[in-house]
Amino acid sequence: MANSSSGKKSSEATEAAVPLTTMAVLAPAVGWLIPGAGHLIQKRWTRGVLLMGSIATMFVLGLLMQGHVYQPNGGDILDMLGFVGDVGNGGLYILTQVMNWGQGAISHATADYGTKYLIVAGLLNFISAADAYHIAVGKKP
Amino acid sequence: MTLALSHFSAAVLFGVFASIVFGITQRSTSHEQIKYGLYCFAMFVGGVFVAGWVMWFLRR
Repeated sequence: MANSSSGKKSSEATEAAVPLTTMAVLAPAVGWLIPGAGHLIQKRWTRGVLLMGSIATMFVLGLLMQGHVYQPNGGDILDMLGFVGDVGNGGLYILTQVMNWGQGAISHATADYGTKYLIVAGLLNFISAADAYHIAVGKKP
Repeated sequence: MTLALSHFSAAVLFGVFASIVFGITQRSTSHEQIKYGLYCFAMFVGGVFVAGWVMWFLRR
């Protein structure tokens, strides 16, 4: 019991020690909006370019495979989760909404891969934004 | 313009991009990132073959 309370206190102290700098807020936000940019603004050039290339290419391939882009919805749980995944693409998702891309009828079997590419690109971008945050607060070199 | 990839090439491309992101985000040093990225890619491709054989047996 004493160990668990002291462990809780030490974890609270560790969380309190993380500095909330401008970069700690800016890096994940920019990283979400433009994939890889959270790393680029922290001068992690190679990582940023690789992340940007991977996520953006996955997103474009998803659109070219006629993947479906989910809209905000309150219906089926899978549709809602699909929307959450798509939103992870940040600026790319906003662009698809503006241009009305990804709304066509699915006409071949591998189009379903396209839908998955779009969702996973967004989820990977969430991980990428979290990584940018960890770099900004000094948890990762 | 549309792109119609085969199931295998779509899965391998998926593995390539996901492995790059996993490698960079889940490890700290460059050497570890490359190693982990290659490990993830091998697991993705291995998983594709395993899933393919499982489906082949289920279909019989």
